[in-house]
Amino acid sequence: MARTLINLPRSARRGEVIEIRTLIAHPMETGYRPDASGAVVPRDIIRRFACTYDGEEVFRAEFFPAIAANPFLAFTTIATASGTLTFTWEGDNGFVQTETASITVT
Amino acid sequence: MTRRRRAMLVAMLVLSLGGAEAVGPGERRSGFDDMAPETRAMQLDDMANPGMLWVAEGEAAWRRPAGPAGRSCAGCHGEAEASMRGIATRHPGWDQAAARPISLEDRINLCRRERQGGEPFAPESDDLLALSAYVAHQSRGMPIALPDDPRLTPFREQGRHIFEQRRGQLNLSCAQCHEEHAGRRLAGSVIPQGHPTGYPIYRLEWQSLGSLRRRLRNCTVGVRSEPLDEQEAVALELFLMFRANGMPMESPAIRP
Ligand code: HEC
Ligand code: HEC
Repeated sequence: MARTLINLPRSARRGEVIEIRTLIAHPMETGYRPDASGAVVPRDIIRRFACTYDGEEVFRAEFFPAIAANPFLAFTTIATASGTLTFTWEGDNGFVQTETASITVT
Repeated sequence: MTRRRRAMLVAMLVLSLGGAEAVGPGERRSGFDDMAPETRAMQLDDMANPGMLWVAEGEAAWRRPAGPAGRSCAGCHGEAEASMRGIATRHPGWDQAAARPISLEDRINLCRRERQGGEPFAPESDDLLALSAYVAHQSRGMPIALPDDPRLTPFREQGRHIFEQRRGQLNLSCAQCHEEHAGRRLAGSVIPQGHPTGYPIYRLEWQSLGSLRRRLRNCTVGVRSEPLDEQEAVALELFLMFRANGMPMESPAIRP
């Protein structure tokens, strides 16, 4: 499992715009880079990221080889109700990682 | 023109710009001060600093039992926030058994082998980087505080000698770049004063965390010099830390 860091407010007022920031440890190997012996290192990148808020998708991103290792994302959504945010990263070689965080909305 | 001749020319051009005095304590600048505002912001924000991924991993490793007795680092040292505070500001530190200074990474591996009875971590492995980042992070903001220990003096002087000695096919000393020409540019990079305040660092060029040893290898390879042996490398690290005494630690720093 890759290490992740997720940052969002624990609580917010209904209708407030909240910022969510995520970091994940991943090499984002481009597939174009030769190793020391000259052989091309196979591509190994995250392809997709999605964030759902109580099951509803609120943010999605596609990733490409030019994105740096250990990708950082910052995005916003509107606090609608107390609930769970689910973060999913999917990529090459069957890479899937899911994390959750909860928020209290008053 | 071959790459080698081009590199030599660049070096000659840079170094023909005239000499300057050694860096005095009042004018010391961390590599942080030479970075672009965006890169500085990345270092200062724990949520954007990828080095914090290793710190988080190191915290988990700190609590994980290992070795035949199943002891964790925390089992002996308790909370790292208290027990490891300031430790990185005094490393390389004197090791009685080896009768020489050893790096923080070697200190961690000593505990790993002798106190936990585990396999030592490989140099530059994620495991060792994570633990050293976690330990060094407990000193963030604290001034480097190498003690005035007479046992360290000969090693520090050896380190100073290496720092001032011309080496490699480019025949350049560390001091020529990091004192005489600090603040000038070498191709696209600002030449920093070369202070070891942020290690292990997340270097954007590496796309990863790396130790001071790795950074020094980059600079020795850059002048096409023979690699330093273990004892030379630790003496050089010791000298660099003495040279930066009083400067605040930044671990894990970001560098371009
Ligand atoms: C069985 C107990 C034990 C375990 C387990 C242990 N240590 Fe230690 N450690 C010690 C003792 C005792 C010292 C002091 C040694 C000395 O001063 O010579 C020490 C010293 C250190 C120091 C140097 C502190 C200083 O004052 O300079 C560091 C850093 C350190 N340990 C890190 C670790 C890490 C990281 C781990 C886990 C991988 C670990 N230790 C596991 C007992 C332990
Ligand atoms: C030809 C010039 C040159 C020489 C000679 C050189 N360096 Fe460097 N060094 C650089 C440059 C340029 C950087 C910054 C690299 C970058 O940002 O891409 C650097 C970076 C460093 C850093 C990192 C500083 C930080 O903020 O993290 C240290 C430490 C360092 N050098 C030490 C040394 C030592 C020790 C030697 C001698 C063995 C040496 N350098 C020789 C040019 C040089």
